[in-house]
Amino acid sequence: MNTTHRGHETQIEADPALPTILIAREFDAPPERVFRAYTDPDLLVRWLGPRRMTMRIDVHEARTGGSYRYVHREDDGTEYGFRGVFHEVRPDERIVQTFAYDGFPDGVSLETTLFEDLGGRTRVTTTSLMASLDARDAMIRSGMRRGATEGHERLDELLGGGPSKNPGSRSETEGLSS
Amino acid sequence: MPDDRLSRMFSALADPTRRDIVARLATGDATVNELAEPYDVTVQAVSKHIRVLEDAGLVSRSRDAQRRPCHLEGEVFDLMTRWIERYRREAEDRFRRLDAVLEQMADQPGEATPGKKAAS
Repeated sequence: MNTTHRGHETQIEADPALPTILIAREFDAPPERVFRAYTDPDLLVRWLGPRRMTMRIDVHEARTGGSYRYVHREDDGTEYGFRGVFHEVRPDERIVQTFAYDGFPDGVSLETTLFEDLGGRTRVTTTSLMASLDARDAMIRSGMRRGATEGHERLDELLGGGPSKNPGSRSETEGLSS
Repeated sequence: MPDDRLSRMFSALADPTRRDIVARLATGDATVNELAEPYDVTVQAVSKHIRVLEDAGLVSRSRDAQRRPCHLEGEVFDLMTRWIERYRREAEDRFRRLDAVLEQMADQPGEATPGKKAAS
């Protein structure tokens, strides 16, 4: 079924000399739609969270000057909160935001996401600038721990379920209407 | 692999001269004198760089041979590559879920105004 993404490799660059991580990927959708999947919390909650955790978005004001906060929760109740502010949200083009993990509030990183129009397709590039090389390396290591166990199970579920099913069955969007 | 190991490797590689030395060793073993030749620095300075690379586990030197050539530890680089590859795979996992979301969005035109809920 969903085979159109084949050949779209996620590119990662971790500069040895600078505390940055660059992630780039192409999507088979125009910038407007990709941008919406990044900014609409109902859509974001369906893809951003790690495989084995429930994602809850407390607030997601995707506009210049807005803020966001979301929580990843493990089955045993352990919660990992993340928050930041949107420095600039330029529709269909660019999002600049801060990012910090509640457990390490001093490690604030700056994330710039660009949506590049490839004519019906979109290339998304996110550059994260961390506070230090150590913080960047810790980020890469945390990715390794999670990635090692997650595999592609969630993807299989998504692809296996039809569009009528709710692929984000483990997700919630609490507190958005309050 | 201890947690600080990757940090040591990254900071060892943060220096341009050391990166250059590593690039040269990637083509084959070389002595400190040979490595020092292209640079406008003393053999002692290059020796110091080699020691940092040794401490980070990136380079080794044979004990017995008179020339004591420097050798690049390829397996260590494989480890680094693996750290980053795992991170990449996690991002890929996330982006494939986004692929599916984007596809479903295409099937459901006439959606709500973007950003409407974000303002609440």
